[in-house]
Amino acid sequence: MASKLYLDPELIAKARSAASIIADDVAQFIADKTTVALERTVLRLLGLDGVDAEYVPLPNVVVDHIHERGQLQDGIARFVLNGMIHTGQSIQELGEAIADGSVDLLTLPIAKEDEIAALGRQMANLALETMRANREKRTHYLQTLGAGPQPYLYVIVATGNIYEDVIQARAAARQGADIIAVIRSTGQSLIDYVPYGATTEGFGGTYATQENFKIMRSALDEVGEEIGRYIRLCNYCSGLCMPEIAAMGALERLDVMLNDALYGILFRDINMQRTLIDQNFSRMINAYAGVIINTGEDNYLTTADAVEAAHTVLASQLINEQLAFRSGLRSDQLGLGHAFEMNPMIEDGFLLEWAQALMAREIFPDAPLKYMPPTKHMTGNIFRGHVQDALFNLIGVATGQGIQLLGMMTEAIHTPLIHDRQVAIESANYIFNNARHLQDELEFKRDGIMVNRATKVLQEAVSLLEEIRVKGLFSAISEGLFADVKRAVTGGKGLRGVLIRSSRYYNPLETELRAELGLPSIESLLHTSTAFDEGSQ
Amino acid sequence: MRDLQHVRPYGDTFDDGMVQFSFSLPIPFGEEAKEAARQFVAKMGVLEAQVVHSENLGEEMTFFIMYGKAPYEIDYTKIKVPKVESPVMDFYEINEFIRERIGRKIVVIGACTGTDAHTVGIDAIMNMKGYAGEYGLERYPEIDAHNLGSQVQNEEMVKKAIELHADAILVSQVVTQKDVHIPNLGELVDLLEAEGLRKRMVLICGGPRIGHELALELGYDAGFGSGTLAPEVASFIVHQIMKRDLV
Repeated sequence: MASKLYLDPELIAKARSAASIIADDVAQFIADKTTVALERTVLRLLGLDGVDAEYVPLPNVVVDHIHERGQLQDGIARFVLNGMIHTGQSIQELGEAIADGSVDLLTLPIAKEDEIAALGRQMANLALETMRANREKRTHYLQTLGAGPQPYLYVIVATGNIYEDVIQARAAARQGADIIAVIRSTGQSLIDYVPYGATTEGFGGTYATQENFKIMRSALDEVGEEIGRYIRLCNYCSGLCMPEIAAMGALERLDVMLNDALYGILFRDINMQRTLIDQNFSRMINAYAGVIINTGEDNYLTTADAVEAAHTVLASQLINEQLAFRSGLRSDQLGLGHAFEMNPMIEDGFLLEWAQALMAREIFPDAPLKYMPPTKHMTGNIFRGHVQDALFNLIGVATGQGIQLLGMMTEAIHTPLIHDRQVAIESANYIFNNARHLQDELEFKRDGIMVNRATKVLQEAVSLLEEIRVKGLFSAISEGLFADVKRAVTGGKGLRGVLIRSSRYYNPLETELRAELGLPSIESLLHTSTAFDEGSQ
Repeated sequence: MRDLQHVRPYGDTFDDGMVQFSFSLPIPFGEEAKEAARQFVAKMGVLEAQVVHSENLGEEMTFFIMYGKAPYEIDYTKIKVPKVESPVMDFYEINEFIRERIGRKIVVIGACTGTDAHTVGIDAIMNMKGYAGEYGLERYPEIDAHNLGSQVQNEEMVKKAIELHADAILVSQVVTQKDVHIPNLGELVDLLEAEGLRKRMVLICGGPRIGHELALELGYDAGFGSGTLAPEVASFIVHQIMKRDLV
């Protein structure tokens, strides 16, 4: 399809190739490392769940059991599989025995390497089978019930109480929402374990727990069957437990996951090494589970200026795309983020927003882009806010965005009330329907404001990517090139949970996932600088 | 001459008392729902309550838009609202004031605390680039400003205040849920009192739901609403430092 913005394909290719080199660097850096969260994820996928007497999740108990004695660099799987072979217990029974002190994994005799590997392969395949079954169930629902047209209407629920969330979510689905995101409780991204069970208290949101996922999934399936539309469920696979939440989501059939290390680094001050390692494994899980990931570039514009910093969003999307390919995600799973965040008082700001949204669409033609509503310039004037959201919706449909996170006119006041959502959905449906084929009718002036804007942003993004290619992503972040926020390589939360893998490191989930996703083996990453380039299309 | 002692809402005619409502009731959509909403608004004392729109929200919930006429009146001449009363200086005057009267750089820390992740307010006051054409505190050569970002816990705020020897703390609360901002703001005052720091600092809060009166009630020195710009806050801080002899 010809570019309506007359974007130079060579410039786009140049940007992608710089992003590809940046991503290769990161992939190599993380290849020989693991984290406590990644190892806990292995346990969850092998079937360990539950908590000990003090409500510490068993995956934490078992990982700490090995980590505290300095042996986690071999990978948790080896110890646990060996424990299962010797005790004859299931992984759950073994975890409980470790928690009550009746088993010490480090004092057991060591089984034969091939015996451990065989059990590892068998159990990893069992986990993959569950994920595959969920993926097939989603496909079945989409084939029988169908889904709404894009842009999908994405709304949030955030009551803190999963049962209250269910009421709000079911009502939103009936009102026309396609995706329900359950906002997490404040601060969950910074706790180094996943809470357990159904929860009814949270601030600004509801804890992401596997039980809460299950409760919401079943409520949405029920209402979806009733109204004849599959309702997608979204949660937040970010923060210190990023890969564990990916695993829980894969097991409970979540459809969409916020999954972006850069967001955690910049806005939650999570250590960049920790979260990029965690991200890679979590994205492999999301890739296999058929989850659409959302990235967080839209947030850059809440701290940096939306006109001046537009190119940082594009540069970051290109890097995120290349990182995602290296974890086995496909283009149609990439809900790359961007936002409608310009000061509404700028003359022709609407034209600039439109140009940028269309630019993103043209550069990532197969990605279900996630378009975020105005937040920074929303005020207590809900009437003006409703108009701002309407303009945002018009651009959403006129540029073919994939996921439209609906703006609420009360954005600057409170988490959405039940009728705030109704009013937002009604407005979006009106605009989407009324302007459904607007994009097919329009062409833009070759030397007009919009074409010039998109060209300028692309050019600036290329320069920025070239700069990052030379200095590397880690230095770029530490110099504050994104969102005006500076973070150090060894700063932030969670660095203590990062380990260099030993030569004996063993992770059957990673091995099987890499094989299934068609990714090169870890060994090949360690020994060569790969020219992995699924990205160029 | 308007009668300011007997003020009623104005729609298009003096004293028509016109007010609008929008809210939801947890009842199924239908004629009974509309009647319930009408009676509900009538119970608030509103005359000629009319449901102009109702919508089925699903899950046996209904949304209403209503109009009515309020019979009540307010004596505007008796209204008293406490306001921050310190002369507002500009960027240059404030820096000069600090150089000449205080004689050292002052340290200001700011954050959006508790559960709130919306940094628009604190950024407008603190960011180098500022807001609406006014530089933020980070740009002031005589102010050592630290914006700690969002979702900062009160304990962390106190720790930072001690570590950085803060002269003033700015707390922003924009989006709240079930009024959590009130206990959250109160908790910071308690923690500062417990550390014996409260008297040594200028403590300010701000946000769309915060007024000076609420701020004083909660134990703050000042409260600023939306639309406040950096010079208003900075002027208050430097005058307080002088007035309370915190130099």
